[in-house]
Amino acid sequence: MAKAQTRKELNIDFMGKRYIAAIASGVALIICLLSMLFRGFEFGLDFTGGTVIELGYQNPVEIADVTGTLADNGFPDAIVQYFGSRTDILIRLPPRPEGEGSSSQLSDRLVRILGQSAGHDVQVRRVEFVGPQVGEQLREQGGLAVLFALIGILIYVAFRFEWRFAVGAVAALVHDVIFTVGMFSIFQIEFDLTVLAAVLAVIGYSLNDTIVIFDRIRENFRKIRKGTVLEISNRSINQTLSRTIITSGTTLMVLLALYFLGGEAIAGFSLALIIGIVVGTYSTIYIATAIAVWLGISKADLVPSPVAKEGQVVDDRP
Amino acid sequence: MNRYPLWKNLLILAVVLVGLLYALPNLFPQDPSIQIKGTRENPVTEASAAEISAALENAQVPVKAIEPMEGDKLLVRFRRPSEQLRGSEVLEQTLSDRYNSALTTSPDLPGWLKALGAEPMFLGLDLRGGIYVLIDVDMDAAVDQALERYTGDMRTELRKQKVRYLTITRDAGRIAVRFKDEASRDEARKVIHREFRDLTLEDGEDKGNYFVYASLPPQAQQQVKDFALEQNITTLRNRVNALGVAEPIIQRQGDRRIVVQLPGAQDPARLKELLGATATLEYRLVDTEHDVQDALDGRVPVGSALYKERDGKPILLNRRVIVTGDQITDASAGFDQRSGSPAVFVNLDGQGARRMRNVTTENVGKPMAVVFIESRTVTRMVDGKPVKDRVRTEEVISVANILEPFGRRFQTTGLDSSDEAHNLALLLRAGALAAPIEIVEERTIGPSLGQDNIDQGFESVLIGLALVVVFMGLYYRVFGLVADVVLVMNLVLIVAVLSMLQATLTMPGIAGIVLTVGMAVDANVLIFERIREEIRNGSSPQASIHAGYDKALSTIVDANVTTLIAAIVLFSFGTGPIKGFAVTLFIGILTSMFTAILGSRALINLIYGGRRVAKLAI
Repeated sequence: MAKAQTRKELNIDFMGKRYIAAIASGVALIICLLSMLFRGFEFGLDFTGGTVIELGYQNPVEIADVTGTLADNGFPDAIVQYFGSRTDILIRLPPRPEGEGSSSQLSDRLVRILGQSAGHDVQVRRVEFVGPQVGEQLREQGGLAVLFALIGILIYVAFRFEWRFAVGAVAALVHDVIFTVGMFSIFQIEFDLTVLAAVLAVIGYSLNDTIVIFDRIRENFRKIRKGTVLEISNRSINQTLSRTIITSGTTLMVLLALYFLGGEAIAGFSLALIIGIVVGTYSTIYIATAIAVWLGISKADLVPSPVAKEGQVVDDRP
Repeated sequence: MNRYPLWKNLLILAVVLVGLLYALPNLFPQDPSIQIKGTRENPVTEASAAEISAALENAQVPVKAIEPMEGDKLLVRFRRPSEQLRGSEVLEQTLSDRYNSALTTSPDLPGWLKALGAEPMFLGLDLRGGIYVLIDVDMDAAVDQALERYTGDMRTELRKQKVRYLTITRDAGRIAVRFKDEASRDEARKVIHREFRDLTLEDGEDKGNYFVYASLPPQAQQQVKDFALEQNITTLRNRVNALGVAEPIIQRQGDRRIVVQLPGAQDPARLKELLGATATLEYRLVDTEHDVQDALDGRVPVGSALYKERDGKPILLNRRVIVTGDQITDASAGFDQRSGSPAVFVNLDGQGARRMRNVTTENVGKPMAVVFIESRTVTRMVDGKPVKDRVRTEEVISVANILEPFGRRFQTTGLDSSDEAHNLALLLRAGALAAPIEIVEERTIGPSLGQDNIDQGFESVLIGLALVVVFMGLYYRVFGLVADVVLVMNLVLIVAVLSMLQATLTMPGIAGIVLTVGMAVDANVLIFERIREEIRNGSSPQASIHAGYDKALSTIVDANVTTLIAAIVLFSFGTGPIKGFAVTLFIGILTSMFTAILGSRALINLIYGGRRVAKLAI
């Protein structure tokens, strides 16, 4: 008991710095949006269509040799890179125009050619072929998925809390999505289906965080009679701060394990989540809460007092 | 204070025990095995088990066990993959003419666990290796073909009814019939309306020409498309079954796509050959004048040919083909109106109908046979070089007597069951692909990559879990250890639910589990922070526990419901990898709520509940 009491309650003035944070966020978002507009994305196979082939050689190979062999055999547009080690290579073929063997038969031919030039059987670890029409559809579906997730969440939060909170929460989510996706554009990291899934997971996670703080604000509005909205918001953030840090911390620990040990296939996925969780924690405090405060949440909105409401209706009458 | 009633403790215990039980099969090693399926002529029996065992023993391939499986199959278990491959070669050489064999893996479960229906998780192709193909069916072509058939039939019908028309053309999704005068147009419309009830008719007039425009109403178009898709799926299923894959999955996806998944298959080239195969049907008269036995002895009469029925019985058929499969416009299963016995209704196009009428009129009372013919390209290796061969298989799928002359629409009876009628209808329709197909997505995962993915996935789950467990124990002490126990419980439950549902576990699915591990502690962190707060505010230990759980509850529920929304959206929009992630995320959220709220409370109550506690180790 004694120990607990000596522990001072945290009181960091988060809300006091909300304008600085707003400017920082604004600048970051503008950079992200500009990059998305002008640099675009390094879309993965899922979205662009084309063929990806992962091959395992018995001995280390030179990229230049493979590229050369392929160029001589009708694949001048093949992009070859190492995948994990010097015996594993990844070959990308852009989508071919229709009628010109756009089908998946290309990969069979390619594997045969490389097997002949290597002088031994090249092990096919993975072949993925995605037709252009599928890619387009996936892009469309992905955008829709994000949109519908946001709408669903908006409705739920508005229903459980109040519309100002809902707007704050969704603004924070949009912020997180733009930032995470923006990073993939700025650093030209491959954006595939799993990254899209991660972005949606980020939405869920960041919201988790926001709800915890909103919940506390609501509780404090009911409990604490004195204090301005800003003071109460600040206090709520401080009260939940250790939880915020610990949960983000444990989730990050697991994600780092996934990023470093999970293999190339889900590296993009883990990276998107790592970015998203860091920025999601920040946005909960500085975007979601700040916007809800800015929109003018007040105790009256959240404290259920049916009597007062009835009185208001009567008063409104001329 | 802080005691759960007995029933609640028992309930939690029961859930955990059931969870452990159904998660258990995942711990048993998978035996490399060969699945053996009999053919119609050669069902597998006790004797076949002995025969297989003898063949393998002869070749000195050690066998672990041979056991019967559901659906008239045998499972031959081996101890090592190399022995499985050798065994497969032996069986291929000695028994392949009578049985189909397919490589597979099977967990070696004790009988009592099998009796409970417990099975290990179903691994996705990215974890076990295999081929995934997404096929697009050209629906416009299907509708075009339907209209083309109507055009031909209309021409025949109008001629037959002696209605004069100028031209019949197909343009912009409808059929235009041109007439010189209004009278013949009106007469034609009556005929068309009577004979082709599912077409929508419309009159038109242009520069002194009179028209009837016939089009397929949207409902009928949809029917044509559904029909085409179903037929293509049936055809593909028949063909894929020839590949020797233990558990092929062939499913419709959306309006015009078909997913084919072949776990363990490694040769996409062969699959593509098979998908490109063509098949057709022929109606022929049975040669009743000559003796089958004579033909078997080599004296096949001129004008006849020897065929085999599905049960292997030889039959003599007339060489002249009455009608071929591409003249069948539709086939559906139903019941004979007079006798009520199962029947298949077949529709022919105009030309086929005419021939059928002529032949049947002359041959009432005689049997007629349906021959199923499939031809495909097969690549063989000859002296290390691939050689392409066309292989043609012919099989008599049904023989029935001609009861009376018939033409465009007729029925085939004499079938044993409505199931058989349904199958025959499907086969009749499945003869050829109803519409052209194109492979729009293909993923082949080699077995080594699959194993790598499993290893990496489990390693990251374990290490992530270990990090979290150590941290929680250090930070929250006794409470942290409770959180650790329920975290492991949560993992067990996720695995159990996945095993029970036989939902497909994929690499993104493992990522979903990893993420749930990170987030599952959140509920406990929320509760424990609350308890600490209560203690700081001067509440007694027991009151702090109670208030901590109480106050954190609504927050936890709100936070988890929003994540559930995200998971549901992911599931409904996602395909393949995203769906796998959504499923584990969804299950993980539900199980983590159970373990983190109820499970941890039960443990805390057992430790601290109902006694005087001076201080909490939190």
